[in-house]
Amino acid sequence: MTSAAADILEVMHLSMRFGGIVAINDLSFSVKRGDITALIGPNGAGKTTVFNCITGFYKPTTGMLRLTHGDGREFLLERLFDYRVSKNAKVARTFQNIRLFAGMTALENLMVAQHNPLMRASGYTLLGLIGAPGFRNAENDAIERAKYWLDRIGLAARADEAAGNLPYGDQRRLEIARAMCSEPALLCLDEPAAGLNAREGEDLSKLLLTIRKDHGTSVLLIEHDMSVVMEISDRIVVLDYGVKIAEGTPREIRDDPKVIAAYLGADEEAAIAVMELDA
Amino acid sequence: MPAITTPPSRRDKPAAVHGVAFILKKATLSALVALVLFSLMIGVRTEAGPTGQLIFWTRFGDLAMMVAAVFGGSILVELLRQAIAKRRGAPLISEQAQAKFTGLGRFLGPALLVFTFLVPVLFYDQRYILDLGILVLTYVMLGWGLNIVVGLAGLLDLGYVAFYAVGAYSYALLATTFGLSFWICLPLAGILAAFWGMLLGFPVLRLKGDYLAIVTLAFGEIIRLVLLNWQHVTGGPNGISGVPRPSFFGIPLTPADDGLAARLGIEFSSTHRVVFLFYIILALALLTNWVTIRLRRLPIGRAWEALREDEIACRSLGINTTKTKLTAFATGAMFGGFAGAFFATRQGFISPESFTFQESALVLAIVVLGGMGSQLGIALAALAMIGGFELFRGFEEFRMLVFGAAMVLLMIWRPRGLVGHREPSIFLQTKTAISSSLVKEGHG
Repeated sequence: MTSAAADILEVMHLSMRFGGIVAINDLSFSVKRGDITALIGPNGAGKTTVFNCITGFYKPTTGMLRLTHGDGREFLLERLFDYRVSKNAKVARTFQNIRLFAGMTALENLMVAQHNPLMRASGYTLLGLIGAPGFRNAENDAIERAKYWLDRIGLAARADEAAGNLPYGDQRRLEIARAMCSEPALLCLDEPAAGLNAREGEDLSKLLLTIRKDHGTSVLLIEHDMSVVMEISDRIVVLDYGVKIAEGTPREIRDDPKVIAAYLGADEEAAIAVMELDA
Repeated sequence: MPAITTPPSRRDKPAAVHGVAFILKKATLSALVALVLFSLMIGVRTEAGPTGQLIFWTRFGDLAMMVAAVFGGSILVELLRQAIAKRRGAPLISEQAQAKFTGLGRFLGPALLVFTFLVPVLFYDQRYILDLGILVLTYVMLGWGLNIVVGLAGLLDLGYVAFYAVGAYSYALLATTFGLSFWICLPLAGILAAFWGMLLGFPVLRLKGDYLAIVTLAFGEIIRLVLLNWQHVTGGPNGISGVPRPSFFGIPLTPADDGLAARLGIEFSSTHRVVFLFYIILALALLTNWVTIRLRRLPIGRAWEALREDEIACRSLGINTTKTKLTAFATGAMFGGFAGAFFATRQGFISPESFTFQESALVLAIVVLGGMGSQLGIALAALAMIGGFELFRGFEEFRMLVFGAAMVLLMIWRPRGLVGHREPSIFLQTKTAISSSLVKEGHG
């Protein structure tokens, strides 16, 4: 296998400017297929901007984002119209501040995530309106998939509850399950452990590891919780002021003086967290 | 019986109770504002004298009475508010009562439907009631149609009457120019209205909230102004008269020899046509209801509701938000078009005067009052709005006042409409109604 095919996502010379502000400056890194890659850095380093570029919410000022599927199909993400990044290139994401459909049940949330295959099966609504058997089958499959993921995140008993009514940790996991229901090749998680307690953080780590093991989905995550990052990531990319300052395995990152300096300069607590893990 | 789920954070607000000084201060302030406002409105009365000069006189007695009334009223309101605040914790209507209301709704819907079917039988010789029934059903249908756009997709549309007008004029023009029958024109009117819905959809797709509302409002006015000024096609302010009445599958409802009455061998009565119209609009309204209920359970309906909840999340899940919004506009508009065609055939005469902003506002009020997204609530709201408006006829010039007050009270009592909770479109174990406090109203 060539190195190009081993990478599911290649970010090449990505820059993003907002007026005079350079949020990302000539950033290049790659995400290996089947890996969990973490994107870390102090607040305001441009991590979420990178995510928004990858998932089609921003159009990068310059640079290329190449996504390669397992079957060799290639997508240039910066050229895809927003919703096509998910629909065609199969990149799913979660959000820093949870964006569930709060007034819909957990099950409904997972059904909405399967919109595109269900739309096709419902003959763009016409077959569905008359209740064609093909659509019934597709819908049952979709419900089965939703049930599978509800089981996975331990919410099977609360499937019919409004998503907005679930405890915070459950909402975080439901959002991940919703992203997984769209059967992504690359799953982008924006601070999935934010606001979780220690036990919930561990559950999350387990969930992400099983997602990778059972589904072969590559994961790219932004995270501040160093225990989660160090435990589950295969590779870590460190950003500061929109520039990559380090890249490597958790062990390499832990010992990198530049990373420690970046955290010390920006945020004492996080720097201490990095150093404590080192000890 | 479905339980209602509420977010946990709502009940632990401390009840605010203030002393006499606070109440007096508040009342004095209110009285002061009233004094400033009323001193010119009531205190001074002006009139043109016999030779055209200005004469005025003062009415300080009336002014003092008004200010005193405001002062007293303000104290009363504050005391009332505190009395209610004391038993805060539970909202004005307890959760159990709300759940009961939901349970009641399960029987209320079918009961209402059966009653509606029987209206022409029960009130056969009361033309007024039949006409009122047709009017109410027309607004029920319009409400259900607009509900797709506003209630499900969360797109605030203030120009819904435009599609009603397109439907009405489509039928009137097609029937008077080409002599097409009502049953051929009905789908055409719907398709044309849906087409205009898409046309409206395209420019407003990028807009959200207030901006969207303003543009749809403008669209409604544009359609009306075009109808008013395009003299040689629409007849301008004179409208189109002699719009054909619907036939019973080709058999006219006239006293002629080939009319329905003659063929059935019964005596002709003009009520036959009214009853026939009643059942047409009932069927059309039920069609709207059926399609909406079905669409809600299909991926497109869920995408509409998801769009109302969070557009950005929709995009991240690969949902084409443009298409989704357009289908919502088009579907809503189509039912507006059907209703318009019916309106034209019922009236026999249409003019731009029937399609003013007032109509849009009325239909929107029905949707909001009914509880956005709830089919039963909208039907009840239409009945209350249109029927209630007739009921208050006895109050004469105070009709609007009484009506307005009733609406304000209803909104205080049930801020999210008569039926404020949301029914899930799919469930695994139990169907749990979702509290309105969780369901979003949409933002564009």
